Amino acid sequence: MVIIRRLCIYALLIIGAVVFIIPLVWMISTALKPIEQTMTMPPTWVPYQLYTDHNGVKEPVRPGERIEQPSLVVQEQGAGQKRIVPVGLIREGQLVVVSSPGKESRRPVIVIEEIPATPDAPWIKVFPEGETGAEWKVVPVASMSRNVSPRWGNFYKAVKAMKCFGLYLKNTLLLCVLTVIGTVSSSALAAYGFSRIEWRGRDQLFVLALATMMVPFPVVMVPLYCLFKWLGWIGTLRPLWVGSFFAGAFNVFLLRQFFRSIPRDLSEAARIDGCSEFRIFWQIILPLCKPALMVVGLFQFMATWNDFLGPLIYLTDQQDFTLALGLQFFQSQHGGTEWNYLMAASTLVALPIIALFFFTQKSFIEGISMTGLKG
Amino acid sequence: MTRNERRRLLLGLAFVSPWVIGFLAFTAYPLIASIYYSFCDYDVLTEPVWIGSLNYRDMFTDKVFWISLKNTFCFAAVSLPLGLVISLLIAVLLNQPVKGRSVFRTVYFIPSLVPIVATCMIWLWILNGEFGLLNYGLSFLGLKGPQWLSDPLWTKPSLVLMALWGVGNTIVIYLAALQDVPRALYESAEIDGASFRQKLWHITIPIISPVIYFNLIMGIIGSLQVFAQAFIMLGGGGPNRSALFYAVYLFQNAFKYRQMGYACAMAWILFLIILCLTWLATVVTRKHIYYGGE
Repeated sequence: MVIIRRLCIYALLIIGAVVFIIPLVWMISTALKPIEQTMTMPPTWVPYQLYTDHNGVKEPVRPGERIEQPSLVVQEQGAGQKRIVPVGLIREGQLVVVSSPGKESRRPVIVIEEIPATPDAPWIKVFPEGETGAEWKVVPVASMSRNVSPRWGNFYKAVKAMKCFGLYLKNTLLLCVLTVIGTVSSSALAAYGFSRIEWRGRDQLFVLALATMMVPFPVVMVPLYCLFKWLGWIGTLRPLWVGSFFAGAFNVFLLRQFFRSIPRDLSEAARIDGCSEFRIFWQIILPLCKPALMVVGLFQFMATWNDFLGPLIYLTDQQDFTLALGLQFFQSQHGGTEWNYLMAASTLVALPIIALFFFTQKSFIEGISMTGLKG
Repeated sequence: MTRNERRRLLLGLAFVSPWVIGFLAFTAYPLIASIYYSFCDYDVLTEPVWIGSLNYRDMFTDKVFWISLKNTFCFAAVSLPLGLVISLLIAVLLNQPVKGRSVFRTVYFIPSLVPIVATCMIWLWILNGEFGLLNYGLSFLGLKGPQWLSDPLWTKPSLVLMALWGVGNTIVIYLAALQDVPRALYESAEIDGASFRQKLWHITIPIISPVIYFNLIMGIIGSLQVFAQAFIMLGGGGPNRSALFYAVYLFQNAFKYRQMGYACAMAWILFLIILCLTWLATVVTRKHIYYGGE
């Protein structure tokens, strides 16, 4: 009985985990495929490379149309293009073209090759991999082999297709650095003032700070836009980082919880020794709160990296875009066809955050748990 | 006020000054300006013109406004309870003594880390009607999947699916709360022969009820403001305006039609709705939330 229950738990957890991870596997798998392998049903999971095995020489090829009935490769007399036509369309060495019912024209053609294809033994048109415009040929499907072959070059091609990827990355990193510095320093200062100094009106003001967390962004969105427009900051990165230097209530709240847990005596002893308040803050309290500062910095980094609405509102030139906005811009320009490049670009945007998580897992989980428990 | 008190007041204010300045410039002023603009006709280029309550009255007759409100409520009414229940169930499973718990936790959490724009790209591809993974999966069940993003009936379910993929955050919050439930309670319940379901219903849920409440409130605030997903995946509101959410319509009014006054009025109504629902949720759940003594 106990064993059955434990098996059920594992089964549920594993099914759930597979469902949660599949979209990411699918993203990476698509990112590594050539475009024709993205558009297959059933889908291809592992990117591969097709080869024709012709007289023992393996040659990498790209697949074209399949041929499932006896056909001929023909060329029109007078250097027309080579084409594949069903056997039935050739009569007496001439290609019969029915342009409309009853009307038909005949063109003389040269038969180059016979294709004994049937539905059970299909042939396929293949193009040599690499240069376009190279001569195609027709081979039996059975003579082909395939190897696992991820197209790592897709990442490079996606970056090139996005045009300003380097600038997007630079802007995003710049914003991340500025907002992390701004948030950590200003929130730490404010949280210190709200927790480790006794002054009149402190707690009332803190309640006001908490109340501001209730205000939804759309309420202040328009006036903020107008304010930044008046300052001439629209189309620059400034609206996206200046605000972070003025302590957001949520971070102040988180840090205050930490600061309060440090014994009072520590500050008192330092004061008696004649330490200035700022030195107590800088040299005694801050070093003790590194884990909390780390959490706040990490969350800010993520928030800036992921932010979409802010850049959408304030940025106007493509050169100023962040990665998030740049990715959306790329999709709006190239979306719907080049899924492999779109997924490669998405991987590049998502991967740094996931990597960051693996390096800082502990702070992360602690931080999120903290937000729930203290709320 | 003694000299010492005054000194401390000045010191305190000096430390909190970044917040004070930020509050005045980026919260207090915009709040007041927003109220004022909501009573004006304002297109940013010319000075705002006072028009009284016209913006608010317009809302009542604006069909699109009501569509956006209905869409938003429909989305929230499905995604919020589903999200809360599914993440709680996963958290409860993860809280069992299973091997590889941290691996499972990581797997469930990672999707919520993926930047929203990248998430949208992944789901655009998964929901693709022709070559998408979801319809392929459905074909195993003998179902023919819909054109998720171009059929008005399926745009909202698409966004709900996407939202459920990102519940990792909520799972982690639940998990932290579950780990704080005293083991002794379970042990004594087991001695009395309580079943798994009884323990869940009579011990776990009451004890973590404050956290459920927290997630509920956060969920209300978040799901009524849903923007990026709908905007990125369905542009101007999707087929038949089926995914024109409140925040998307508000954004369009502000930055597409340049009706800043109307956008501000809409924002205030949204704020009121959020406040009302939060208040309602608090009143309804108050009796059921257990705040343990120290």
